[in-house]
Amino acid sequence: MKARNITEKVMNVIFVICGMISIVAVVGISVYMIISGLPAIREIGLIDFLFGQVWKSTASEPLFGILPFILSSISATFGAILIGVPIGLLMSVFLSKIASPKLASAVRPAVELLAGIPSVVYGLVGMIVLVPLIMDVFGVKSGSTLFAAIIVLAVMILPSIVSISENSLNAVPKKYEEASLALGATKIETIFKVSVPAAKSGITAGIVLGIGRAIGEAMAVMMVAGNVANMPKLFGSVRLLTTAISSEMSYASGLQKQALFSIGLVLFVFIMIINVVLNRLLKGGQKDAN
Amino acid sequence: MKKILSMTLAAVMCLALFAGCSSTKTETSPAADASAAPTTEALSGTVATNGSTSMEKVIAALSEAFMAKNPDVVVTYDATGSGAGITAATDGTTDIGLSSRDLKTEETGLDATVIAVDGIAIVLNKSNTVTDLTIEQIASIAKGEVTNWKDVGGPDSPIVFVGREAGSGTRDGFETIVNVKDACKYEQELTSTGAVVAAVAANENAIGYVSLSTVGDTVSAIKVGGVACTEATVLDGTYKLQRNFNLITKQGTELSAAAKAFIEFALSDEAGAYIEKAGAIQPK
Repeated sequence: MKARNITEKVMNVIFVICGMISIVAVVGISVYMIISGLPAIREIGLIDFLFGQVWKSTASEPLFGILPFILSSISATFGAILIGVPIGLLMSVFLSKIASPKLASAVRPAVELLAGIPSVVYGLVGMIVLVPLIMDVFGVKSGSTLFAAIIVLAVMILPSIVSISENSLNAVPKKYEEASLALGATKIETIFKVSVPAAKSGITAGIVLGIGRAIGEAMAVMMVAGNVANMPKLFGSVRLLTTAISSEMSYASGLQKQALFSIGLVLFVFIMIINVVLNRLLKGGQKDAN
Repeated sequence: MKKILSMTLAAVMCLALFAGCSSTKTETSPAADASAAPTTEALSGTVATNGSTSMEKVIAALSEAFMAKNPDVVVTYDATGSGAGITAATDGTTDIGLSSRDLKTEETGLDATVIAVDGIAIVLNKSNTVTDLTIEQIASIAKGEVTNWKDVGGPDSPIVFVGREAGSGTRDGFETIVNVKDACKYEQELTSTGAVVAAVAANENAIGYVSLSTVGDTVSAIKVGGVACTEATVLDGTYKLQRNFNLITKQGTELSAAAKAFIEFALSDEAGAYIEKAGAIQPK
């Protein structure tokens, strides 16, 4: 009897500890990012850091302006959303409403597999197939461009958009669609005027999740984007916030290293904002359902 | 600037602390009077090296082999850059400074021992008809003044200049020798030699620089100023894109037995194979 009580208590404590680990990790990382990211910002100056247009970290008179990285990150993410969202949305409609269950059960694992492919593999395929292809098709001198990064990111964010959108489309009450059909609307009209609007919050959540994935991706982008600290141009070489950190960290020292931490802090703030938005949207979705 | 200095200083101090610890250990060991029979007694202690990031591979290969031969010796390596390595050697905070450039005239009181020579090859895509460039032409390509291959005797197509990321030793070596430091206009900045080779192999307009040892069959290494890039031309000094890997020691300071042995080992014939494996050439 007593032994059982002790087991209960011990297990309880273990559960609590495990639960706390994620909190400790998040708080730890946040504090660390702020502590290690602030000194360089203080030394360089927030305005010069965020809005400086030139990054020359190892020059004899180093310049640490990350505006090119910020704008490149935003435009790559925006481009990926522009291409990925329509495809992802239509794909989820297909899976949820149009495909026969048999066909859907063949397509769905493929989409899920897409989420499981390591990003370095995306980068590799992008580097070997996509980059030369862009060079040939668009007649540009080098295929390692913002455009290549956008295409790779667009494919990478598909799974998050598709799976969440499909779930929320499946959750739309059958009676909505039946009512629409009974009133004489066609299947397509029903999908776009009834089902999709009803699943709106879930779809938006999928998109925001996709944005989060796109803005945080480093490896695949590093392999296809050329990594030069230019202002973003569709067919120019770009460096994103993530790749700025990973490409220079291995040899960095002194202020350069601190500045890389500061870039990390900026990226961290971006991701936090996206997460807050995501949480709002998901909560909003629950309220709708109730 | 002040921050960098203080960081380096702190790093160097840590190192000194480390070195201090191990030397006390040496004294307590029975082979304390190594001076009596320095070559036959088993060596022990720490050899601290500090400096050039370009020399990382060479030093890693050498110290691994050296530590395998002398299990009681620990060789440490701090990647701080050639300048910091020379400073550390001057201040006596490290046993051996590492420098991938030769000493300047104002850096006196130091001895530089060349342990390896590194050739930097200029690589083009296989399909490119250009076979020879002068250093001046390479410099103007790097600075973005020449942007079309027809201006340097090639086909009418744009030049894509591929290089390494800031902080890379190969980049530093190339930019220093060609004298285009901080003035390069890159089209791609890649994080490894392999990536540079792959990018040049995939793009017929590309030009890049890599360490001599890593030129494979997928790209063609061109002549620079009429001299082909081979081990022989690097060694006799006719190939200009090369630099020395130096061990820097302070004049008038007695090195520890272990540090002396390490330098001797680095110059030995036996070390040649390790240096070659690390991508450089041992001078003869």
